[in-house]
Amino acid sequence: MSSPQGVTRATLVKDLRLEWRSKDAINSMLFFALLVVVIFSFSFDPTAEESRRIAGGLVWVAFLFAAVVALNQTWARELRNQVLDAYRVSPAPANSLFVAKVLGNFIFVSVLEALMTPLFVVFYNLRAIGPAYQLLFVAALGTWALVVNGTFFAAMSVRTRSRELMLPLLLFPITIPALLAMVEATSSILTGEFSARFWIVLLAVYDVVFTTGCLLFFEIILHGE
Amino acid sequence: MKRAFPILAILTAGLLSYGLYGALVQAPTEQTMGDVQRIFYYHVPSAWTAFCLFFVNLVASIVYLVRRDPKADALALASAEVGVVFCTVVLVTGPIWARPVWGIWWTWDLRLTLTLVLWLIYVSYLMLRRFSSSGQTPMMAAVLAVLGALDVPLVYFSIWFFRTQHPQPVIGGGGSIDPRMLHVLLMNWLAFMCFAVLVCWSRYHLEILRRQVEETQALESLASGSAR
Repeated sequence: MSSPQGVTRATLVKDLRLEWRSKDAINSMLFFALLVVVIFSFSFDPTAEESRRIAGGLVWVAFLFAAVVALNQTWARELRNQVLDAYRVSPAPANSLFVAKVLGNFIFVSVLEALMTPLFVVFYNLRAIGPAYQLLFVAALGTWALVVNGTFFAAMSVRTRSRELMLPLLLFPITIPALLAMVEATSSILTGEFSARFWIVLLAVYDVVFTTGCLLFFEIILHGE
Repeated sequence: MKRAFPILAILTAGLLSYGLYGALVQAPTEQTMGDVQRIFYYHVPSAWTAFCLFFVNLVASIVYLVRRDPKADALALASAEVGVVFCTVVLVTGPIWARPVWGIWWTWDLRLTLTLVLWLIYVSYLMLRRFSSSGQTPMMAAVLAVLGALDVPLVYFSIWFFRTQHPQPVIGGGGSIDPRMLHVLLMNWLAFMCFAVLVCWSRYHLEILRRQVEETQALESLASGSAR
């Protein structure tokens, strides 16, 4: 149980069980994303042709905002009963805790995306003209980029005043290239006008760079010294 | 060290006024753009100065992460603040020039977007420092600075994929420039760098003093608490 994988597994199972029983994160994310979809479709009233062009942006902005809701709860949940302090004094490696949290958030956001995508298709009359299977790569890599940075910056923002506010302020500027890549890749697959390959490679590079960076620095963020 | 500060201040004032004279009078008027082009003598040196300051911030942050030296953190803070000011000057003077020359205020071009994203990252850096008052602030800020630096090449490549509209860099970009213009440009850069060093220096000094005051006050309240 004391191996790094054991710590990861235990934390992940605990988080999933907590979420399964309360459904706090997934419910608030789903409702939030639904609101964004409805408000966007009111304000744009797009035709099928036009919506194909803007859908990439809409989908990812909705997911980004909704993901922040879940990411904010990642560490705030551990503040109650001083669980985070217990992590700090325990000899468990910090990175296995981080990986568990990232995997947990990845699962939450993926579930959200799987449930919301049909709604987007219905509301915006979407149909991919380009190779649709590539959307899976974009979704997986893009979600990972959001979640790995989000979990890291949530650990940072939980130590500031007004912590809920701080996370998007830290996360959004750094995520701009990833967000641009997700939006452009999705749009080019939906319209079928360009190849999405460059953007998918860029997303993969972004994931590798930031996963490495976050794993490198997480320990000093957790211990705060 | 103390005596060098007024000397640098006088030198900066001299250089800045010479730079202003050069930009408004000495430099020849550009053929196609006319006098609007003279904003270039402020825009470009501000950009170079801002990038230098962000680089100083990165180096200071890395030094802080390795050696945990509070002086490195004070330097990182000073250079980030002054860098954001110079970067703001770049972002404001750019559209003023672009409107008459390109006919638009703003375009999502490589250098413009890169500068804007850099500005956003450093504003979020300053926000983090402002919202966090604990002793962990320097460490978190240093980590953010390093991650922000990792972001820059990725931003570069993501925007490079679009066509770029910005004039090619005048130095090392294959463009040609009148030697008198180049002279004024470099003179202004020198003046701006001196000005930046001057402001950073006083901001750094202020930060060190502020910390000393805080420390003394904390010690005093501890001492009065134990005496009672």
